[in-house]
Amino acid sequence: MTISSINQKKALSHIRICDFTGQLAGAGATRVLAAFGAEVIRIEDRLTEGSWDILRGQAPYVDDRVGNELGGAFNNHNIGKLGMSLNMRLPNAKEILTRLIKVSDVVTENFSAGVLDRWGFSYEEMKKIKPDIIYISNSGFGHSGPYSNFKTWGPIVQAVSGLTFQSGLPEMPPAGWGFSYMDHTGGYFMAIAILLAIYHKKITGEGQWVDMSCTDAGASLNGPVILDYTVNGRPLKREGSPNSNRSQHPIMSPHGIYKCQGEDNWIAISVRSDQEWHNLCSVMKNDEWLSNRSLDSKEGRVDSADQIDDVIESWTKGFNARELMDVLQAAGIPSAKVQTPPDRVDQDENTAAWELFPIAEHEEMGKVRVDGVPIKMSQTPPVIEKGAPLLGQHNKYVLEELLGYTSEEVKNFESEGVV
Amino acid sequence: MTNSENIGALNNLRVIELGTELGAWCGKLLADMGANVIKIEPLSGDKSRTYEPFYQDVNDTENSLFWWHYNTNKQSVTIDIETDHGQKLVQELVAQSDVVLDSYTPGYLDSLGLGYEQLKTQNDSIIFAAVSFFGQNMPYSSYQMTDLTAVAFGGPAWSCGYDDHSIPPVRGGGNQGYQTACHFAMIAIMTALLYRLESGEGQFIDVNMHAALNVTTEGSSYNYLVNGGIVQRQTGRHAGIRPSAGTQIPGPGGRYLQVGFPARTEEQWFSLLAWLEEEGVLDDIGDYLSPPSRQSLAAGDEKTQEQLHLVMNAISKMAAEKDPVELFREAQNRGFQWGIVNTPEDVMEDPHFNARGFVVSVDHPEMDSTFRYPGAPYKFEKGQWSIRRRAPFLGEDNKSVLVGRLNLSESDFKRLSEEGVI
Repeated sequence: MTISSINQKKALSHIRICDFTGQLAGAGATRVLAAFGAEVIRIEDRLTEGSWDILRGQAPYVDDRVGNELGGAFNNHNIGKLGMSLNMRLPNAKEILTRLIKVSDVVTENFSAGVLDRWGFSYEEMKKIKPDIIYISNSGFGHSGPYSNFKTWGPIVQAVSGLTFQSGLPEMPPAGWGFSYMDHTGGYFMAIAILLAIYHKKITGEGQWVDMSCTDAGASLNGPVILDYTVNGRPLKREGSPNSNRSQHPIMSPHGIYKCQGEDNWIAISVRSDQEWHNLCSVMKNDEWLSNRSLDSKEGRVDSADQIDDVIESWTKGFNARELMDVLQAAGIPSAKVQTPPDRVDQDENTAAWELFPIAEHEEMGKVRVDGVPIKMSQTPPVIEKGAPLLGQHNKYVLEELLGYTSEEVKNFESEGVV
Repeated sequence: MTNSENIGALNNLRVIELGTELGAWCGKLLADMGANVIKIEPLSGDKSRTYEPFYQDVNDTENSLFWWHYNTNKQSVTIDIETDHGQKLVQELVAQSDVVLDSYTPGYLDSLGLGYEQLKTQNDSIIFAAVSFFGQNMPYSSYQMTDLTAVAFGGPAWSCGYDDHSIPPVRGGGNQGYQTACHFAMIAIMTALLYRLESGEGQFIDVNMHAALNVTTEGSSYNYLVNGGIVQRQTGRHAGIRPSAGTQIPGPGGRYLQVGFPARTEEQWFSLLAWLEEEGVLDDIGDYLSPPSRQSLAAGDEKTQEQLHLVMNAISKMAAEKDPVELFREAQNRGFQWGIVNTPEDVMEDPHFNARGFVVSVDHPEMDSTFRYPGAPYKFEKGQWSIRRRAPFLGEDNKSVLVGRLNLSESDFKRLSEEGVI
């Protein structure tokens, strides 16, 4: 089944989100919902020009221009949203927010725990404004428990939740993730939580508060390792462990990332079965291994994993990783080049066929390629067209059309610095 | 309107899961929120039942902890889907279901008459979500992949590893490639369900793991997309366009502190200097009194680097003497966004995760045992996450599903068992 039909139906066009999220852990959640047609009204601080979000105005930039509207990461994470500016310190702003909550399905935020309370918009207060409101908070440690006041960003979440430790080689410090995996993934969980809560409300009529802790979400990603500890009493921290380029679930050998010809050129190879092992030996023309009975079983190969890896690497070193991948794939052996950004963005046929990196139009940056959506849907495909909003770009639409203020009132809000 | 605190949000949902470990996490996410997920297994059992680790290290169909984890709350029905009668049973189940989750190789279910187009004739509002390494009918759809090769090919591995580039890039541990694909599958299924509530229409969903990993690389993608910048991997911190200072500080017992950029504001910077002086670990701050700004760091300003280096040395001295967990808590209580590098086992013993109810007990009554499992990724007030039953034994639910739900007669049930269909 291939999805080819161009279809403009939007799955979530009936959903409006009053969105206080920022960075990637929050903005990434509402980004994907906007691609499916949700009306995401992203609120930014008028006084500090959106500096709640540390990425606003930060590098990378498309050209020599530098400025608050020109941040490349901010644009990437806020595709397709509407922009509203508000100074929550002023009383009129509270009136505006009250009206906005009344016409929204969901309020989202990923501040540290307690910010909305301080503005007077705790969940209890929001419920008074709209009894069935859905409120989704995504903070580092959630709103309960001894660490609820602690602050995080991606690498801290990864460290505390056990993900950083799992990523590394023996006798070495943790390698960690090299990026904010849990900002991405916290955003995915937050998007899932929003959709689940909307679904629950459609079925039962009930709104609610979902308290998401990004470290809980991160810790939930370590399942088999946790059970090995709680059930078998075997900790991950033991001699020779972790080694995340090897496979423990299931155990495989060979299984690793090996050096190829040229600078920083690497290939990943996994052998899942005795058949694939024989295929690899044939491709390597390694008759000694082919005739070595002790390597015919997974157990035998695991016992000799270090030696096998050494021999494989002395062989892979003579090849270009991408060319070797083609040879190994032709023999049915799981293998892949460690692709660089240009490899996977510009040279990868699959990515090109998927049209994974679409162009979005930003008011000031112009046409910029952004992360696309790895989902196709036959009836309601995701759509990416417009870049991130400018600060307050949609104030007039929100205030006049959605909230019913007159243009006179809106002018006053502007001159008072409310919006 | 019922009060639904203890009934999962997806309590009314019926899901048929067909496939491999690639889709198992998505099935668990659905099942833990209350969905009735029937995992159709071959008679010999799902392949992941052979995956380590095993309960007490004994390799047995019912002992894989990998299976235990990824299949909580699911029902197991064994059907040989390569037989005509087996296919008919699956079609009948789909006719009564909301969602099909498929993680087989693209084209496999079509070849059995169990693809979307064929199943749609049984149930025109079915939501059929296919999760695969490269998407359906794509240029690389025939490639053989594992979590490792996918994470290498899709981009995350490029950013992950050590300062020394003679050491290979590293795959983040824990089969995160599969889980990332499943997060998108879950987003897509929920989106399709909401659309179906409005329109009555089902649809076909195609989730591409390679694409999912490509867009889960943060700056590696957007730096290149925006202006061609290529990030380089560094030990324990973000891969960067320019090298940055180390952020992992070893403490007693080989436990690391993760300080990131140790002070983010001017106020924090002076409060950090004061703390380090108080601890007697800051040698001589000399002229270095102004906080390093993001701009000066980004520009690679030498004086800023030197200043940061001095402070990091002082933090190292302090960390060498203190209990790492206490130091993490103290730093946070003083307002610094620092972390402790926990092992997964540390998490299960940590008072915070326990206080939040992250550590849950799951009964295994047949073993007279209760084991601790990782808990909810999100805390719902209503329609809650829960583990109601341990992962199923092989074919445990054959009778209740095939006789109870499909109304198969006892004699047909017996005959199909004898014929090896179920």
